[in-house]
Amino acid sequence: MTRLLGTPFVQRIGFYLLAAWSAVTINFVLPRLMPGDPASAILFKMSELGPVSDQQEELVHRLFGGARGQSWWHEYVSYLNGILHLDFGRSISFYPATVSSVVKSGFLWTLLLVGSATVIAFVLGTSLGIVAGWRPGRAVDSVGSLVSIFLHSLPYFWVALILVYVFAFTLGWFPLSGGADIGVVPGFTPDFLNSAVRHAMLPAATIVLTSVSGWMIHMRNMMASVVNEDYVLLAQAKGLAGHRVVFSYAARNAVLPSISGFAVSIGMVVGGSLLTEMVFNYPGLGSLLNQAIVNVDYPLMQGLFLIISLTVLAANFVVDSLYVLIDPRTREAA
Amino acid sequence: MTLLEVRDLVVEYGTVRAVDKVSFDVGRGEIFGVLGESGSGKTTLMTAITRLQRPPARIAGGTVAYRPADGTPVELVGCTPKQLRELRWERVAVVFQSAMSSLNPVMRVGTQFADAIRAHRSVKRAEAWDRAAELLELVGIPRDRVGSYPHELSGGMRQRAAIALSLACRPDLVVMDEPTTAVDVVMQRQILDNLKELQATFGFSVLFVTHDLSLLVELADRIMVMYAGRAVEIASAEDIYRDPQHPYTQGLRDSFPSLHGPRRELRGIGGAPPDLRHLPTGCAFEPRCPQRVDDCRETLPLLIERDRTQAACLLLDDRLEVRHAGSR
Amino acid sequence: MKRLMGGDRKVTVGLVILAVMLLIALVGPVLVSLVLGQSPTKLHAGPALAGPSADHWLGTTSSGVDVFAQFITGTRVSVFVGLVGGTISTFLAVLFGLVSGYHTGRTGAALTGFVNIFLVIPGLPLLLLIASYTRGRGGWAAVALIIGLTSWAGGARVKRAQTLSLRNRDFVAAARYSGDKQSRVLFMEVVPHLAPVIASTFLFAVVGSIAAEAGLDFIGAGNTNTVSWGTMLYWAQSQGALQSGAWWWFLPPGLGIALVGTAAGLVNFGIDELSDPRRRTLRAGSRPKRRKVRRTEVAA
Repeated sequence: MTRLLGTPFVQRIGFYLLAAWSAVTINFVLPRLMPGDPASAILFKMSELGPVSDQQEELVHRLFGGARGQSWWHEYVSYLNGILHLDFGRSISFYPATVSSVVKSGFLWTLLLVGSATVIAFVLGTSLGIVAGWRPGRAVDSVGSLVSIFLHSLPYFWVALILVYVFAFTLGWFPLSGGADIGVVPGFTPDFLNSAVRHAMLPAATIVLTSVSGWMIHMRNMMASVVNEDYVLLAQAKGLAGHRVVFSYAARNAVLPSISGFAVSIGMVVGGSLLTEMVFNYPGLGSLLNQAIVNVDYPLMQGLFLIISLTVLAANFVVDSLYVLIDPRTREAA
Repeated sequence: MTLLEVRDLVVEYGTVRAVDKVSFDVGRGEIFGVLGESGSGKTTLMTAITRLQRPPARIAGGTVAYRPADGTPVELVGCTPKQLRELRWERVAVVFQSAMSSLNPVMRVGTQFADAIRAHRSVKRAEAWDRAAELLELVGIPRDRVGSYPHELSGGMRQRAAIALSLACRPDLVVMDEPTTAVDVVMQRQILDNLKELQATFGFSVLFVTHDLSLLVELADRIMVMYAGRAVEIASAEDIYRDPQHPYTQGLRDSFPSLHGPRRELRGIGGAPPDLRHLPTGCAFEPRCPQRVDDCRETLPLLIERDRTQAACLLLDDRLEVRHAGSR
Repeated sequence: MKRLMGGDRKVTVGLVILAVMLLIALVGPVLVSLVLGQSPTKLHAGPALAGPSADHWLGTTSSGVDVFAQFITGTRVSVFVGLVGGTISTFLAVLFGLVSGYHTGRTGAALTGFVNIFLVIPGLPLLLLIASYTRGRGGWAAVALIIGLTSWAGGARVKRAQTLSLRNRDFVAAARYSGDKQSRVLFMEVVPHLAPVIASTFLFAVVGSIAAEAGLDFIGAGNTNTVSWGTMLYWAQSQGALQSGAWWWFLPPGLGIALVGTAAGLVNFGIDELSDPRRRTLRAGSRPKRRKVRRTEVAA
């Protein structure tokens, strides 16, 4: 048992559980630290929308504090208990729907959009980085660096605005907003998938266009330093075919930091993607977040923050675990 | 029988000449040592001969002729990338200073062997791995380590694996750049003995680059001493040890203790290695030379051949005559 | 040589752009009202949604406000938030990076864990969450503070890795064993070697803060009554600038952000070359020209 506890895999699980607990706790502490009284604001809004039962009132206090005569510890335990049962209370902007049902409605949209856009951007950016970094200083490299720095500096939501303006509004090639045509019934039908893909084109293009340069710059710099390593020189000395040297020896090693630094990158991509969704009114978590902010819907905010954080944590966990597979040096004790 | 014929090779980094008109021959089955301190151009020479130089280094002149026993000679400096790729490893293999950095850290040792073998021979993967295991055994590594990653081998094992790797395609020439500086003395001994054994068995030539004269004296057949990018002396290992001609070689010889010979007084060489960007017009060793004369500052000495020995020193003409006269 | 000059030119261009932006932030708003006689808030200063003209250099909004005046005034908020948020973020990154990289014991491990947790929790959602509670209270300084507090983890990770490798270098070890106080070793021996990394972290933290501020304002989580690049985009989007084709309204703020980001990237080229001489030689040398040595026939 103690040996099992020491293995990197168990350590990794432990770390991610700790991180998940931190996200949950931040969610609990923040409304209690902030000026004003979010709980009263919520209860007031709820009472405007309909009668509020004692049970609902208790739930709001559990999530946002402000109850009289209860220790924070007691609140914290019942808050954790509620989280475990996916009970985040009722959304104000979609009253009387529960937060978990609202979050659930947007989750898959965002996961598919951001997930596929991120994979495309990673593959594309890393490939471009290989080309630019293999022979640093060439024209491809110099021009590529300048263009990628410019693209990297563009705000996601602004790129989204431009794409909407040019391709949806002016040229009319793609729909202006939404996730699928309203008349089409969601499901695995060709009609729906066709409509969904057409709607996802511009949001995905936005995410790819703005995040691809980050991966590229990273890969280019690593490539430029790896090509000077002895093992790349030796691979050439062995008379291997050019592509074998570039991919199996240089790029294979240069990509490692991109993957170990995934957490930093994915955090930025997710943030940008949420803003992108808002521009396109895409039916994912980003647009829900927008609704929550506009309507001062604290329960929904809280639930969204939690689900986004936990999903990013899960993505990081998967990538971390993959990293062990591609870098044998980290396998040592496993 | 000459295998490699280097003539007037010049390698430059921008305007700095790291290797300046170096000429020498490596015989078939010969162990040829290149000796020099850091900055002498010995590693640059080695990368230029194998055409592995990286920008900003570039070959600015000279030829490197490779003469295989069974075919037409090839001039390496002017060869196309395709010709080069076919020659590499099949004919000319290399071993770098640190095996830790010359083996791909994320690839199994066997794959790195199989890569080289299959780039030149059409064999199945399994066959290539078998061959890799055999090669490892040749250098005293158990064959089951063929599936290990480089970091799972000890430093000595890695270095021996790198040597085994160089023999994968039975090359005519193995170029080695200080292959034993990263390991301890005992391991160095073992590796060198092993190398001599392998060389005797397979008959390949070795171009061995190092800063360690005592090592070369024991290992090499002939030695070229380099200083500031130029060859200052080329002679048999025995002559270099017993009767060095150039004052720099003499200084090197006198700065290490002999293992077998009589006791000598140890002396170092005063001064510091020259700055390649500001070389004197005359002999580069002049500022440190204990035997310098006025002429040394102005006249660049060229290699002078006497018997089987070549040395580049102005003093040599006179002195050799004096000595020969005396001994007769 | 020419290429080296090219590198220098990039840095110069970057620095000039940054300096001009800073100058606009400092004196721009005053100049706009005194010299041009325009106001960033005055309604119906011109016809609604008019394109660029001599009177209104960047046209007007749907309520007839001068866009150029807004852009210049917005530069101030954006740049100030960028500088303050970037400073806070860089300070925290250096602090946590240094200490967690330098300490090997339990403190180090605990701090490293802390940094890593903040690394895997996405910053922007956290930023939005906090901002939605504060709702623009405290003005731009509060926004800058929140941005700084939620964006330091990536920088800390880089600095931690650098400190870790510096820590084992001989000169640091020597200072440590000679009994120097820890803070002295950190500030006299380690920090100077981190200077280029710190500089580049700061640059990108500033750019990141500007973008984050714009994002907050754009979704309406900031104070929509202040004039910033973000609120300009917020109003442009919500008042249908796209549908009316008023490109002069929504193009400038985004280009402003991209310009600052690109300038920072250009300056970073110079920092990279300072801290990595190998990269400099590579750049300077570039690829060798195909050599013109005549192929010498070798007699068999």
